[in-house]
Amino acid sequence: MSLVLSEEQHLLKQTAAEFISEHSPITHLRAMRDTADPIGFSKDLWKEMAELGWTGILLPEQYGGSELGMAELGVLLEECGRTLAPYPFLSTAVMGATAIALGGNEKQKSNILPGISSGEQIVAVAFQENPRFAPYAISTSARPSDDGFILSGQKAWVWDACGADQLIVAARTSGEPGDRRGISLFLVEPSCQGIAITKTQMVDSRNSARIEFDDVIINSEALVGELNEGAEILDAVYERCTTALAAELFGISQEIFERTLEYLKTREQFGTLIGTFQALKHRAADLFCEVELTHSIVLEALRAIDEDRPYRERLVSAAKARASDTASRVCREALQMHGGIGMTDEVDIGLFMKRAKAAEIALGDSSFHRNRFAEVTGF
Amino acid sequence: MDEETILENFRNELRNWLEANCPKALRDSAANTKNSPRQEDHAAWLKACASRGYTTPTWPKEYGGGGLSKEEHSILLEEIDRIGTHIAPVSFFGTSMLGPVLLEFGSEAQKKEHMPKITSGEIQWCQGYSEPGAGSDLASLQTRAVRQGNDFIINGSKIWTTGAHHADWMFCLVRTDPNAPKHDGISFILFDLHQPGVTISPLMLISGQSDFCQVFFEDVKAKAENLVGELNAGWTIAKRLLQHERSMLSGGMPGGARPSKKESGSQKATAPRSYLAESARPYLGEEGGQLNDPILRDQIAQYELDSLCFGLSLQRSGQEAKAGQGPGAASSMFKLYASEMNKRRSELVMSIQGASGLGWEGEGFTPGELFETRGWLRSKGNSIEGGTSEVQLNVIAKRVLGLPD
Repeated sequence: MSLVLSEEQHLLKQTAAEFISEHSPITHLRAMRDTADPIGFSKDLWKEMAELGWTGILLPEQYGGSELGMAELGVLLEECGRTLAPYPFLSTAVMGATAIALGGNEKQKSNILPGISSGEQIVAVAFQENPRFAPYAISTSARPSDDGFILSGQKAWVWDACGADQLIVAARTSGEPGDRRGISLFLVEPSCQGIAITKTQMVDSRNSARIEFDDVIINSEALVGELNEGAEILDAVYERCTTALAAELFGISQEIFERTLEYLKTREQFGTLIGTFQALKHRAADLFCEVELTHSIVLEALRAIDEDRPYRERLVSAAKARASDTASRVCREALQMHGGIGMTDEVDIGLFMKRAKAAEIALGDSSFHRNRFAEVTGF
Repeated sequence: MDEETILENFRNELRNWLEANCPKALRDSAANTKNSPRQEDHAAWLKACASRGYTTPTWPKEYGGGGLSKEEHSILLEEIDRIGTHIAPVSFFGTSMLGPVLLEFGSEAQKKEHMPKITSGEIQWCQGYSEPGAGSDLASLQTRAVRQGNDFIINGSKIWTTGAHHADWMFCLVRTDPNAPKHDGISFILFDLHQPGVTISPLMLISGQSDFCQVFFEDVKAKAENLVGELNAGWTIAKRLLQHERSMLSGGMPGGARPSKKESGSQKATAPRSYLAESARPYLGEEGGQLNDPILRDQIAQYELDSLCFGLSLQRSGQEAKAGQGPGAASSMFKLYASEMNKRRSELVMSIQGASGLGWEGEGFTPGELFETRGWLRSKGNSIEGGTSEVQLNVIAKRVLGLPD
């Protein structure tokens, strides 16, 4: 597939850029943060996004989805990155939708997926337990009981868990933490007895929570996919979400680079525009190259998933590693080039830097993905 | 006939032609060690390629080229690749730099005179750009050309002239108006190097090679009809040619990571490999398939990862430019990145090889080690030749980012 946008994708990009910059400019995130909004985004606006076909972008038409692919999702996430739109794309439209669409039975699909497509269901996927991402380091357990399972343990950094309508929980049903086999996924109502969801104040002001499962009784119908084979689903969920994060990080990089370039062209010191200084010009040119290279690998990884290419995990890891490093570097340089003003909360750079850091760490930072890239390449 | 049929016919005809004309000894290049090609084979293959203009496949037929469309050109490359051979090489400076510039700026007579001789391999060209006092600041060049009757008389010196000692002609930047602002007094002219007053001295590099020369001119003559473009308007041509040079350098670097066919093809099921990592195995050792030195392993991964991104960017830029524009300012980005990548690769190889990479020649080292070591030294020039990395950054800052002067 071509590494340039098709006409339809281009149109989607235009619509997304217009809609998001109008309805969720960066002041929207600021307002959510400053009013300590309990869920951090507007459910009404999410429903409007649903009407545009975005929340069910990866879902089949029979469940109300728009049946597009990762390439299109990437276009949306890139625009979200540009304004730091705090919407539950990753939790619901990517992770939740993928888990149920790939692993769910017919009943689960028809219960959950139409609600995702219509924007009425927010789904949070609880997988992470340790500060550094390790895909199968899951010790939260689900032990068999009379007619189902008893869930106990803790999850942390669960995106959009506050106010979520459904939880998908990755729990261990056999083996040891770290084993790929022995993980099972469960679809759980957050209101179940024994579940405590505690909001965590995150640096990027996004909806995130710790969840405690204190002997939560769930019935056997809650199981998503095969018992002990949850990693099959989880891998696909990770893969899509990792690539989506790379697209968001690329959007952040582009935005912050353009803002910095504009600053270099308008800020005067020593009686001249600071963009005339070679010390800054060269760094700006260098950043431009980094952003361009990142763009290419992000496009390629998104397309590789759509085309179901073998060995695509190499491209996915390359995209996440690259996009993480580039976003981090562009943010650091942006702050330095803005000087003192860049340190203020009033100027947006800090907000981008904070979100970039969160997205960088999520699902494995660049060293995690470089290591995986090397493994897949056979060294 | 629809387009598909025409192209299919083209392919069939081409296959037959290749079968009849490509010497057997030049096919399946890697496997063919028994039957090593002779001088006659190379000569016959060059003659055959040139007769159809395949040495310059996309140039118009009236100037000796193959006159192939983009689609036909891809078919030619595929078929050549299929039988494991290469198009017979002719002057690189002719095909990649002078030819495109003549097509854009040359007179009809110049195209008719010079392009067919590039195609046929008759004339080897070299590039007279840098001077001892004009490196990165190329426009400050001082080699003078003064009109005298039907000739220009040239005095001065050029340096870093690649392959001048094997070349027949030079395309050269000369100062024709010393009083004009520096960019406005330069002309682009062609002349024969086989004449009195031309002295060519190869320069020994730190790598022990001498592919560069210094060339001295003492009352050397260039015919006025070989002035390309207007008098004193050579800088525009010079810059355009540099774009072609950058594109060529970024595509042709040895680890500069052209997108390999395997990577760019959409559905290849072959497991990805890293040549660099494979070659590091004997030096670093391994455990469970992983290279033993975790830091070098990470550096190799970073190199391979960047190389992948670079290859994809070349591919994307090609797709974006499909509209048919010439290489734009992005060529600076690719030139910059390819040279920096190649230097990085060489430094990595030197770290990997340890003391085995310290050999200069002779016994005690494998040919591969000796080659890499010389390559490491030679690679240092990558970010200097064809415009330093700093100059590329300036070009990007100005032309792409629009930063003020």
